[in-house]
Formats: sequence, C-alpha cells, structure tokens
Amino acid sequence: MDFEPSAEQQMLIDNVRRFVREEILPLEAKLDPDAAELDPADHARLVEKTKAMGLYGIDIPHEFGGPDIDIVTRTLLAIEMAQHRAGLYAPCYGTFGGAGLAQIFEANEDQKERYLYPTLRGEKKAFFGLTEPSGGSDPARAIRTRAERKDNGWVINGSKIFISGADRAQYGIVFARTDASKGRGGITCFIVDHDTPGFHVRRVVHTLRSSSYATELEFKDCWVSDHQVLGEVNKGFAVANDRLTRQRIPYAAACIGVAIAAHEMAIEWAKMRETFGARLAERQAIQWMLVDNELDIRTARLFTLQAAEKARRGLPFRTEAAIAKLTASEGGWRVVDRSMQIHGGMGMTKDLPLERWYREMRIRRVGEGPSEVQRMLIAREILGTSAR
Amino acid sequence: MKLRLDKPWTALTAENVARLPGQLGVYQIADADGIIVHIGYAGGRSRLGLRSELQSELDARGAGYGFRVEVNMQYASRYLELLMLHRADTGALPRDNAASPPARLGRLSPR
Repeated sequence: MDFEPSAEQQMLIDNVRRFVREEILPLEAKLDPDAAELDPADHARLVEKTKAMGLYGIDIPHEFGGPDIDIVTRTLLAIEMAQHRAGLYAPCYGTFGGAGLAQIFEANEDQKERYLYPTLRGEKKAFFGLTEPSGGSDPARAIRTRAERKDNGWVINGSKIFISGADRAQYGIVFARTDASKGRGGITCFIVDHDTPGFHVRRVVHTLRSSSYATELEFKDCWVSDHQVLGEVNKGFAVANDRLTRQRIPYAAACIGVAIAAHEMAIEWAKMRETFGARLAERQAIQWMLVDNELDIRTARLFTLQAAEKARRGLPFRTEAAIAKLTASEGGWRVVDRSMQIHGGMGMTKDLPLERWYREMRIRRVGEGPSEVQRMLIAREILGTSAR
Repeated sequence: MKLRLDKPWTALTAENVARLPGQLGVYQIADADGIIVHIGYAGGRSRLGLRSELQSELDARGAGYGFRVEVNMQYASRYLELLMLHRADTGALPRDNAASPPARLGRLSPR
C-alpha cells in the first residue's frame, strides 16, 4: 500500500498544518502550560475558520452533515492537529468540532431527535461510561454496575471511574449488566441524562493529565425508562467493543503527531546546542537517539495508516488497530522521552511542551486498552482463537 | 489528599507570604469572617509559584484577609475541583470567582 498523500490530501494537510502554526501556537503561548481550553472568544473565532476550511465537524459522518473525508485522510489530519502542547488530548482545542460519541449514531429516531441532533448542533455534550473500579480493559467481565427491570424501565446501581467530561455533559452512554448469567451477552447500553435522580458525579480523579480530568460516577437507584436503552437489551457489549476498536486509530494518530513535534524540537536543539566544543548533532549518542525517534515515528505511522486503510476498505481491522495503538503509544512515548533527554534540563521544565507530552503520553500506554491488552489481541490473531 | 482544603487560615501579610514555597499549587482567600472569597492557582507561568501569586493577592487586596495553600502539580484540575466543590457546598462560586467564572465549569455532587 502506498501511503504517500494524494494531492487533495496534501492540500488538506497543509491547511491544517498552517492552522496549527498560525492560529493555535500563538494563542497557546499565552496560556497556562496545562490549559485545555481557549478563551471562548478565540474558540468561536477559530471555529469560523475551520468552517471556512470545510473541516468543521470533522468526525461527523457525511450523511449527517460532516465533511466528506475518509478515515485515512482523517488519520493524516489527526497527526497534524496534535502537533502542539495540548494536542494529545485537546487537538486544536476542539475547534474542528466533535461528533459526540460514535454509538449515538446507532440510536433510534426518537433518540436521535433528543440526543444525536442536539449533539451535532453543539447543544449537548456526552460522556462514555464504561470503565469501573473493577476494571476497564475487560468490560465483559468487569462491569458490575447492574440494571434491573422496574416500572417499564430500569433501575441502575453501581459506579464508574476514569470517565471524562461527565461533570459537564448533558447525557452519557452508560453500560450496565442486565443479565448476570450471560457474561458479555448480558450487558446493555443506556442513555442517562445528567439530571436523572440517582446519577452523581462524585469526584475528580486527579492523574498525570492535569489539564482535562476524569471523574468518578455513582448510580444510586437511578431509574431510566425503556426509551433510554441504546440498541438492544443485552447487546451493549458489541456497541462498546466496536467503539473501542475504531477509537484506536485516531488515538494512535495523535500520539504520532506529538512524537513528530517532539522529534522536530530535538533535531532543532541538537543542531544548535554546543557541549564540550561540538554541537549535539555531531555526537553519535545523540544521532542514534534521533535515528531511533525516526524509526519509532515511521513504524507507528505506517501501521496506523495501514489500519485506517483497512477500515476505509471495510475490511476487518481489529488486529491492525491494536498494532497501531501499541506502536504509536509505546513508540511515541519513547520519542518524547529521548527528546527530553536531548534537551537536558530544559526538557524537564514547563517552559517547553515536552514535560506535558511526557505525562500525557504515559497515559496513552494505558488508555483505550493498555499495551498488554493490545498484545493479547495480536497474539490471538497469531495463535488463533483456540489458544485463548 | 483531602477533598476540601481545611487548613487553618493564615493572615495575608507580607511576612507570611514571604515564607511560602515557590512551588505550584492552589490557594483560597478568605475575608475577615472566614468566608472564602476567591480560589486561585499558581500555574506553570507563575514567576515564583504560590509565593508570587499570593504576593499579587496581597498587593491587590491589602490587609484583612486570610489564605491557605496546597502545593499541587495537578493545579489545573485541582483548581476546577475546588470551584465545583465550593459551588456544591454553598450553592455559588466564591464572590471573586463569580465575577469571571471558568468558561465551562462542571458539576459535582460530592459525598
């Protein structure tokens, strides 16, 4: 497969790259190093620019009004959009808009009217409530939040952890066990409004990522009607699993973007900085670090675009997505680590974005399925399912 | 780490501010009645961390206030958490924060 961008893709890449350099970086230079949001007036102004670029609502399917770009192009743009300090978790500070949660596109017409369309119009935000204190990598077994039938609806009890955006969202997609005897076949997906009695955002979960935090949720006799079931009862696992697989491609792309930005900084610094009478770039130790950076970036880029290409062609891409996520998060973290080493003491300071990337990239090796789970998925493919 | 800051108040004076560390973190300012009037943070761009931020508070407010601090590298999320906690506990943001609240502050219902 040839992953050289087409002329049209290159034009889009250039536009986004210019946007990051001319619009995002100057604003970011004035923000707190851990900021995750722009000033609302700046955000609104830049949204008008992304609309003019034809790229607003970049993750919204074309049939729902989003731009007509395929997942390979989207991946190439995601690599560009991440190349600034906040880019890993807040690429371009959300000025390209969001699609909300992919699962909500599976909603019935009534739910689309109440949730999907307001989300696409930017009137509602959602959270994704899957992970629990009992675990997140193995949702089929770890989900202990339960929903029991009552009064033409369901009563949800349990808790969730590491849930992003729940304190600001108007609704969430929540996974609960509706049949304890069925394992992955006993999980149902519910849409829960933020003001539903019994739904609580209990606390902020502080992590290495100070900019945008996660929360802990509690469901205490939280009743929702049958109209809030997303998809079919006991078929929620497929909804969750599909999302987790698809999410791995843009997740990997953002890691690559940050790695490229860190690597470029390291190259620049190595050419400029002198120690013991010679530039760092002349030292073999430094050259080899830069070469290793280059290898990690190229490897991750190839695997991620390969996964995107298979997804674009409608082929199974579960294993490719796992390889992409694994190589991009592990390789990207190594690139940032080496780039900090090349920068010496300055690399540790908040004057440069490297320390934030280092903290946030560390999370990427765990988020959206840790490296060990990705390896497990790949091993299943290699060994066949009978080896499980 | 406790959810709420509950250290005793220290008088906002030049002498006390000079003893503060240069680290990053969050702080609260209270009036003479012990009512929290402001929650702030010393972020990565602060000149001397909590010390310079509290010095700015002293310069702007003058005498008659108290403060308490928490050294915290997660100052950004901790700051928002303290604002949400205050609103959950009292129904409103501290007086000075209410004048220019964060753009999209979330909701907490702490135990």
